[in-house]
Amino acid sequence: MTDDIARTTIVTLPDDAGRLSPPSDADLATMLLIRHFELALLDLFTRGEVHGTTHTCLGQEYVPVALAPLLGESDYVFSNHRGHGHYIARFGDPAGLLAEIMGREGAVCNGVGGSQHIFRDRYLSTGVQGESLPVAAGVALHLKRHVPGALALAYIGDGTWGEGAVYEALNLAALWRLPLLVIVENNGIAQSTATAAQMAGTIRDRAAAFGIAHLRVDSTSLAALRTAVGPLVATVRDGAPLVLEFVTNRLGPHSKSDDTRTDAELRRVRASDWYPLYRAELGERFADADAVAAERVARLVAEVAARPPSVWSAA
Amino acid sequence: MNERPARVVENLNSALHERMRADSRLYVLGEDIADPYGGAFKVTRGLTQAHPDRVISTPISENGIVGVAAGLALAGDAAIVEIMFGDFVGLAFDQLLNVASKSVSMYGHRHPMRMVVRCPSGGNRGYGPTHSQSLLKHFIGIPGLSLFELSPFHDNRTVLAHMLALGEPCVFIEDKVLYTRRAAADGQVDDLFDYGFLGAADIAPAHVFTEADGDTDCLIIAPGGMAERAVAAMRSLLLRDEIACRLVVPSRLYPVEAEALLSAVRRASYVCVVEESTTGGTWGAEVAHVLHERLWGRLRRPVRLIHSADSVVPSAVHLEREVLVQADTIREAILADLRGEGSSV
Repeated sequence: MTDDIARTTIVTLPDDAGRLSPPSDADLATMLLIRHFELALLDLFTRGEVHGTTHTCLGQEYVPVALAPLLGESDYVFSNHRGHGHYIARFGDPAGLLAEIMGREGAVCNGVGGSQHIFRDRYLSTGVQGESLPVAAGVALHLKRHVPGALALAYIGDGTWGEGAVYEALNLAALWRLPLLVIVENNGIAQSTATAAQMAGTIRDRAAAFGIAHLRVDSTSLAALRTAVGPLVATVRDGAPLVLEFVTNRLGPHSKSDDTRTDAELRRVRASDWYPLYRAELGERFADADAVAAERVARLVAEVAARPPSVWSAA
Repeated sequence: MNERPARVVENLNSALHERMRADSRLYVLGEDIADPYGGAFKVTRGLTQAHPDRVISTPISENGIVGVAAGLALAGDAAIVEIMFGDFVGLAFDQLLNVASKSVSMYGHRHPMRMVVRCPSGGNRGYGPTHSQSLLKHFIGIPGLSLFELSPFHDNRTVLAHMLALGEPCVFIEDKVLYTRRAAADGQVDDLFDYGFLGAADIAPAHVFTEADGDTDCLIIAPGGMAERAVAAMRSLLLRDEIACRLVVPSRLYPVEAEALLSAVRRASYVCVVEESTTGGTWGAEVAHVLHERLWGRLRRPVRLIHSADSVVPSAVHLEREVLVQADTIREAILADLRGEGSSV
């Protein structure tokens, strides 16, 4: 069994419209909520109503939504700079996140952490590439001893594989058989640098070097993804670390207005976005849900923007 | 008759054993710390045997293991990490700067992080440029990070418990030569000097004096690793030059314990801070700033900083001696100041 898993697998899942399993209303609503949340954020920045920086997950919304039912309350999630979708998929709390980003009352972290530094229950994010992986390994060690069956999940990107911390953590996780689940959102670009220009070899081979199981999936169908990754995620809970690579798309800029990709590249990226695929497949049901999400976010923005500033009693 | 005091390394080892017994959530992590090796300096001897599940010998991955410690601390456990040579803590700087210390406050609510990173430090053992440094100055001024140093006066059983109870990450600088020395005991340093504490025993700064309430020409402030050299300088200054010095050795170096230091400075108009760091951006400069703000008009001259030269730490004994602060360096600097000759130190 372990040998089977250790042989890394690449699963190419059907993602043409004809074979998309319809998502549940709740899942569709969450994906659209994240989409409109991110669009609203970019709009707020453009209008100068939010300052600082942000990294939207446009195009990647389905990844945390697909994973959500595979995770339990005692699991830890470590998110990264591009983490709004991760947070909303886990807590369904766009208001707390928006207040955090806007520095308003009700902010999850009183406005101290902002977009990239969130801590709520067993969810943490931070803004430095790779550093959360050893920390997640430490949490996984804690879970293995005290909460058997629970796992630590860490979201990283393709660019994160340039960091040494990743390899130290993978080594420890394999050596100590830690329940560590590494989710790679491989969107093909690290800030402005194409993956091919910054990564030698493959993620699969890097995982294999540690004897860590790896699965690469390129579908945007929630049902197909869950079917493919569910059984493997279950093995993580028994102490078999796993690298799950989602081939995905970053539709928007790295941060704000800093996209240097050509029109042709952007057209290709948009062509494989889940949103038009789902719209074509689901028709009116999609249009209704989309309108509901857009309206919910518009109301949210107005409501949160009107709140007083957040208050931080420094420790 | 007093019992012969244990060596400092034995005191530190017993402190680790005591903490591990007292706290079932505490882990010790580090490279080559398992028995029978027991760590490069034998500080962790016997720990894996006593607690095989919670004392973990790790791969050579300073960044990784300090990150693991931060993860354990985030999840409510506690961890002590041994960095084999303090010089290697540079590899874990990101975890200390951006994860461990920041997690205490950057999420908007105070989150306790119980962890201690132990750094065997300092020279005078001929290990050369990458195995002999005292890196304390690089950890000063990081919000949420406390800096302590091993001292011959402070019982490590108390110090270790205190650091872990703070709820914020601590870097513990341990002078490697000090490991081999006897821990001070019974309030007596030698035939000339006694010692006590400027507050709670084993937590507040220790002070070394000839007369507890006597006047003093010079107050020396130094971390634990420098205490032996400072006392040697004090002895020579007293016997040869009739200059009476008092020494203060804080256990916690940063944040600077201003009130305790001020209480010691009260009876002196000349203060010097001695440390093994090389020149520039030193702990002494931070201490001096704290004292200048409060005592500027009262001090005879600005606080004198005595530190090692602007140099890598050479391997050869004669070269290393020239770079690092020795007892003579301290004596000469103080003499020059008190005789108004100026000093090149």
